[in-house]
Amino acid sequence: MAKILQRERLVPNIHLIEVHAPEIAQKSKPGQFVIIMPDEKGERIPLTIADWDKEKGSVTSVFMVVGTSTHKLSLVEAESEVPVFVGPLGKPSEIKKYGTVLLAGGCFGIAAIYPIARALKEKGNKIITLLDVKANYLLYWEERLRAVSDQFFVSSRDSYYNCKDYIPKTLQNIIKKGSKINRVISIGCTYLMYTCSEATKPYGIETSVSLNPIMVDGTGMCGACRVTVDGRTKFACVDGPDFNGHLVDWEELFSRRKSYFDDEIQSLCHWEKNNFPR
Amino acid sequence: MAEKKEMSPELKETLRAGFNKEWRKELRKSIPAKERMKISSQKMPEREPEERNKDFNEVNIGLDAKLAKKEAQRCLDCANPGCVMGCPVGIDIPTFIKLIEIGDYVQSVRKIRETNSLPAICGRVCPQEVQCEETCNIKKAKGEGVKIGNLERFVSDYESLKGDVYIPQIQPATGKKVAVIGAGPAGLTVAGEMARNGHKVTIFEALHISGGVLVYGIPEFRLPKSILKSEVEYLEKLGVELRENFVVGLTATLEDLKNDGYDAFFIGTGAGLPNFMRIPGENLVGIYSANEYLTRVNLMKAYEFPDYDTPVFLGKRVAVIGGGNVAMDSVRTAKRLGAELAAIVYRRSRVEMPARVEEVHHGEEEGIEFHFLTTPIRYIADEKGRVKAMECLRMKLGEPDSSGRRRPVPIEGSEFIMEVDMVVVAIGQSPNPLIPQTTPQLNVGKWGNVEVDWDTMATSIEGVYAGGDIIRGGATVILAMGDARIAAAEMHKYLSEKKKKRKVPSAESKNKG
Ligand SMILES: Cc1cc2nc3c(=O)[nH]c(=O)nc-3n(C[C@H](O)[C@H](O)[C@H](O)COP(=O)(O)OP(=O)(O)OC[C@H]3O[C@@H](n4cnc5c(N)ncnc54)[C@H](O)[C@@H]3O)c2cc1C
Ligand SMILES: Cc1cc2nc3c(=O)[nH]c(=O)nc-3n(C[C@H](O)[C@H](O)[C@H](O)COP(=O)(O)OP(=O)(O)OC[C@H]3O[C@@H](n4cnc5c(N)ncnc54)[C@H](O)[C@@H]3O)c2cc1C
Ligand code: SF4
Ligand code: FES
Repeated sequence: MAKILQRERLVPNIHLIEVHAPEIAQKSKPGQFVIIMPDEKGERIPLTIADWDKEKGSVTSVFMVVGTSTHKLSLVEAESEVPVFVGPLGKPSEIKKYGTVLLAGGCFGIAAIYPIARALKEKGNKIITLLDVKANYLLYWEERLRAVSDQFFVSSRDSYYNCKDYIPKTLQNIIKKGSKINRVISIGCTYLMYTCSEATKPYGIETSVSLNPIMVDGTGMCGACRVTVDGRTKFACVDGPDFNGHLVDWEELFSRRKSYFDDEIQSLCHWEKNNFPR
Repeated sequence: MAEKKEMSPELKETLRAGFNKEWRKELRKSIPAKERMKISSQKMPEREPEERNKDFNEVNIGLDAKLAKKEAQRCLDCANPGCVMGCPVGIDIPTFIKLIEIGDYVQSVRKIRETNSLPAICGRVCPQEVQCEETCNIKKAKGEGVKIGNLERFVSDYESLKGDVYIPQIQPATGKKVAVIGAGPAGLTVAGEMARNGHKVTIFEALHISGGVLVYGIPEFRLPKSILKSEVEYLEKLGVELRENFVVGLTATLEDLKNDGYDAFFIGTGAGLPNFMRIPGENLVGIYSANEYLTRVNLMKAYEFPDYDTPVFLGKRVAVIGGGNVAMDSVRTAKRLGAELAAIVYRRSRVEMPARVEEVHHGEEEGIEFHFLTTPIRYIADEKGRVKAMECLRMKLGEPDSSGRRRPVPIEGSEFIMEVDMVVVAIGQSPNPLIPQTTPQLNVGKWGNVEVDWDTMATSIEGVYAGGDIIRGGATVILAMGDARIAAAEMHKYLSEKKKKRKVPSAESKNKG
């Protein structure tokens, strides 16, 4: 059992959850994730660690509401408990001096890149942050990210921000303008990571992505999370989640993520019917 | 095959003392051996195949007192009991059986508990037919040994039904802290033993329910989860603390725990890493490792989807690759979830199947198909990336390999296509790499197994012991428990001797980062 300290809606459909987990807070590193189970009948779902507080003994994640588990989590209140909160899982992101690093994040990835940006900044890298939102009002954590960025861009479809284009185009524009970029790190939905990887490929800039296949245990026991990278099968929960985006078999990942499409809809309808009867 | 173990002098002495007791002599006289040999083996009552292959309730119903007594009467109470030699932990089998014959079930189960801490589990899942029942002296004459497993199950079920679970005397607190890593049969056994010896025990378990393979792997229809629950509650009564959702190596390393004041460790993290065949198409949607399939169904209760949130494919044509217990559990699960075709695809023949004979037999009754001497070489996808067929190759048996089983060799040009919509790969598991990876001083063998001194179960790090599947690769519950008992005895010795000795090495020295 783990106690919820805070659950807050950041922007429509995206929530923050802060959980009392002193041991995990001690050990968390950028790029790692936790597995949470909203209730006893729930699924074990992975969420990236977006922040932690060693003194307070807390771990924070930000999630987008998509299906049953995330709907359930979006209704969890402070002071209540969740049955499973385990971590930190996965290998931490590689934090070293690269030079200039561009961090490209969208939806929950905006929060997920924050600890990476902060750690890379501390290592003396120059940080370019590029966020993608569908509309201005969907942007969150702007202040936090600006504080650790040397340059800050937002791609927003209705924008008074820098640019309207979808993120890979903006990314290429930044590269073309001549900024020397040593590494790109992209976190968010699968499509965003895929397109960012494609965008940097012609320029040969190493691009790290944080893969999000379906997981069950998160400790290397089941193989649900297998992905093909450079022709070899890897378990994303223990060998990753970070991989070189240019070597990922994206088609396989897209297809595996859709494994339970019909079940997910059925599950959500079932849950809604039981919880919000008309 | 049953290994006939050389008995220790103490065990011989115990057996002899039991054999010579007056009541035993009387009992032997009450029915002559010749009469006993005439009694035929009592069949385990089980549910009808067509009923049970649609639900997850237990297949075997269990002997009643009458059947148990009859079966117990078959036992000759031998002066040299072969059965004990076939038992990996040396249970005093004749004594517990004779106690059943006279109706003293409570003493009978206590007798078993002297050497086996998980009788309700072992009674159900041990491969008795290659252990005690194989070496039972009447096996040769009668073709069937005494059904020792069924009797073991009978008395332990009696114990839990009566709620009369024996809580042994706990030794005075020693002030020593023991960390047990992994809550499978090995870890649970060490925890129980060490708590009885007065040590403060904490079990660290990665998953959210304790029990290891017994909860996430072996299905309800073979081993009801309530049994495990009562074993775990029993440990809690002994004062054992359970820390579930704690992955040692990640939530804290072994070194961290040492710095937290733990004096001794047991690594019982099992063989959790699923093996794949590395053939084309193995990552298609609809292809599971047995671990994933069984975990979804057993641990996450996907068979109650959508009341439980975790989904699982309900394959209509299911192939399970492999021939062991894991494969049998998977294929029978698929049948229960509505598969029209639920088939074992195994590269050797029936006699080489490592699964328990009873499970194969039950599977056959339930309508499982067996495709022997067959192996998949490639999976074929439909337009959505889901598996729709597999290409197979026929095999024949060649020379025996190192395991003594005849090696399967492919028959050239024998390729054929089998239409399937779901596949479960059950070709074995490797030791879990998490602890070795995060504990640099720990010696690890060729297959990733933690290396131990087999007499003491001590690893290369002082005060750290290991046992079960993490040292053996996929083995059995009883072997895991046997290791655990040796480890616990040695650990207790170590802690008693250590009492006044040195402090633990300083915190910062090694193994950081
Ligand atoms: C390492 C990792 C880190 C992640 N970090 C975050 C994060 O910080 N914030 C966030 O919002 N999301 C994150 N995700 C994705 C998140 O886990 C899924 O959105 C979530 O599981 C969806 O559950 P659901 O029941 O609400 O939706 P469902 O209706 O079950 O599924 C919706 C989508 O989520 C995916 N999904 C379903 N079940 C799982 C599962 N058990 N594991 C992974 N993906 C699944 C499916 O591909 C599907 O497309 C991460 C995924 C991984 C693997
Ligand atoms: C489907 C199936 C059917 C089987 N059928 C039979 C049978 O009929 N008869 C029989 O005798 N044997 C059977 N076996 C084998 C038997 O279950 C195992 O040999 C036995 O469970 C091994 O026990 P263990 O304690 O060593 O490990 P496990 O039971 O594997 O338990 C290890 C535990 O450690 C936990 N763990 C792993 N890493 C960490 C970590 N870093 N930190 C914390 N916890 C961790 C795991 O989550 C797990 O709970 C079967 C196995 C399977 C998979
Ligand atoms: S060998 Fe068989 S008959 Fe003899 S004591 Fe053991 S179980 Fe009884
Ligand atoms: S989630 Fe089970 S192995 Fe990665």
